Amino acid sequence: MRMKQTRRNPLAFIDTLPNPKLFRMGALITAAIVLLVLIGLVWMPYEPTAMSADQMQGISASHLLGTDKMGRDILSRVMYGSRITLVVALGTMVIGAGLGVLIGAATGFYGGMADEIVMRIMDGLFAFPNVLLALVVVSLLGSSTVHMIWALGIAFIPSFTRVVRSEYIRCKHLDYVKNARLQGASDARVIFVHILPNVSGVLLSNLMIGFNNAVLAEAGLSFLGIGSQPPYASLGQMISDAQAYFFEVPTAVLGPGLVIVLLVLSFSLMGEGLRSAAKELD
Amino acid sequence: MASLTFAASPTPLLEIRDLHLEFHDHDRPEVAVEDFNLTVEAGEIVGIVGESGSGKSMTAMAIAGLLNRHALERSGHIFFDGVDLLHCDRATLRRYQGNDIAIIFQEPMTSLDPLQRIGRQVEEALRIHHRELSADARYDIALRAMEAAGLSDVERVYRMYPHELSGGMRQRVMIAAATISRPKILIADEPTTALDVTIQAQIIALLREINAEHGTAIIFISHDLSLVRQLCHRVVVMKEGRIVETNTAREVLLHPREDYTKMLIDAIPRVEL
Repeated sequence: MRMKQTRRNPLAFIDTLPNPKLFRMGALITAAIVLLVLIGLVWMPYEPTAMSADQMQGISASHLLGTDKMGRDILSRVMYGSRITLVVALGTMVIGAGLGVLIGAATGFYGGMADEIVMRIMDGLFAFPNVLLALVVVSLLGSSTVHMIWALGIAFIPSFTRVVRSEYIRCKHLDYVKNARLQGASDARVIFVHILPNVSGVLLSNLMIGFNNAVLAEAGLSFLGIGSQPPYASLGQMISDAQAYFFEVPTAVLGPGLVIVLLVLSFSLMGEGLRSAAKELD
Repeated sequence: MASLTFAASPTPLLEIRDLHLEFHDHDRPEVAVEDFNLTVEAGEIVGIVGESGSGKSMTAMAIAGLLNRHALERSGHIFFDGVDLLHCDRATLRRYQGNDIAIIFQEPMTSLDPLQRIGRQVEEALRIHHRELSADARYDIALRAMEAAGLSDVERVYRMYPHELSGGMRQRVMIAAATISRPKILIADEPTTALDVTIQAQIIALLREINAEHGTAIIFISHDLSLVRQLCHRVVVMKEGRIVETNTAREVLLHPREDYTKMLIDAIPRVEL
């Protein structure tokens, strides 16, 4: 009979990282923000779009982060805005990394003329600043959260394609990959079963960096007024609105700003932990 | 053993006819293998010897079907089971690779995927060619193949990663993986070069055992004539892409006809006391 594998603590891998402290810190902050968003799904102190007569209030027991110019509760808006930011960043990663991995794997593995053509298109795409590219897409399709996810996702494809492609070029000549082909493995099997796991270290740390860039890009775009539209909150848009009365109600800027900073910081910390682990493997 | 000869059958297991391989990735084409003819009967052990760069590994790669198809010009035929492996399409080739034709390499250190457990890698050929097998059936077959390859404590080794094994054990894992689907022909490309002498002898003994038990034909590629003498029935001596001499192992070693062969024999290290 097959021996049952002993169950291990799923978090035990953290201790094997060269710098578990960094990773743990990052994971903790991320968990806190995700918790905030999850709570926001079932309960928020106020409706994030509900206006009231209590305008521009400071911190109080009834409004933990105060209220903005229209009397909306800032904490509720931060909870809602964080949700939008997370969804946009995750969606961007799914599209950007998903397509980037597929394209990078195919071009790196097969090479040849198609590889050249695709990579020159990628270089072209790469030459545009992400924000500019997203601006074009959104102005063509109209401003909405879904369009913004697509716009950013497409803008993020080249960076993933490049990394994954170079890893596949490196890996496809390795002995164990050759060996897999000699055992009759199909190309798809070689690409996904044999090479992809060996690329995952590099891919993961790139995902962390990409996620950060996506968070910043989303905030930047909504600061410029693109993306999810008022009255619905998004972090960048809140900062943009509140900068006019920053000195009266600083929490209106600092609240959403802090969430953005913490999100980026936490993913940087985790990425740093993972990247040095990937280096260790080489 | 060495006097054992195989009668030429009307349909040999493997027939290589006028194999010609030429690199075209530089300005001038370079010939890697030229006018190579060889037949291998079922159950036969054929040695291919020659110095580095004599084209022996290229020949093995051609049989195994792992030649980069762009920068290489190929002509001739490699018939296996009535199919020309050199010119058939990929899907046909894949049906034979790992199932009827298996290969083990020189470098057991890099031939295993560092991120996959040993068991999974031993089972790989079954996962590809025998998809009807259940996970439990695969597990049983894998354990038996690993035991047959001389590994002990196989249930534990099954769950280990390559970095936890020694070079000799890894080569045994490679052999288990290569023989798990009972191939008709096993190509061993310098399988002992990276190993120390005592392990070498064990691996040679293991190859002989596989040959005797299952009638697996073996093409044994080496630069080491003393190993070839211990294992092979017949020897092909290659130099600069051509066959210079072919005969039974005994004849080649006792009565070499070519100067090049004599030179190779003289290169066998002897312990002088």
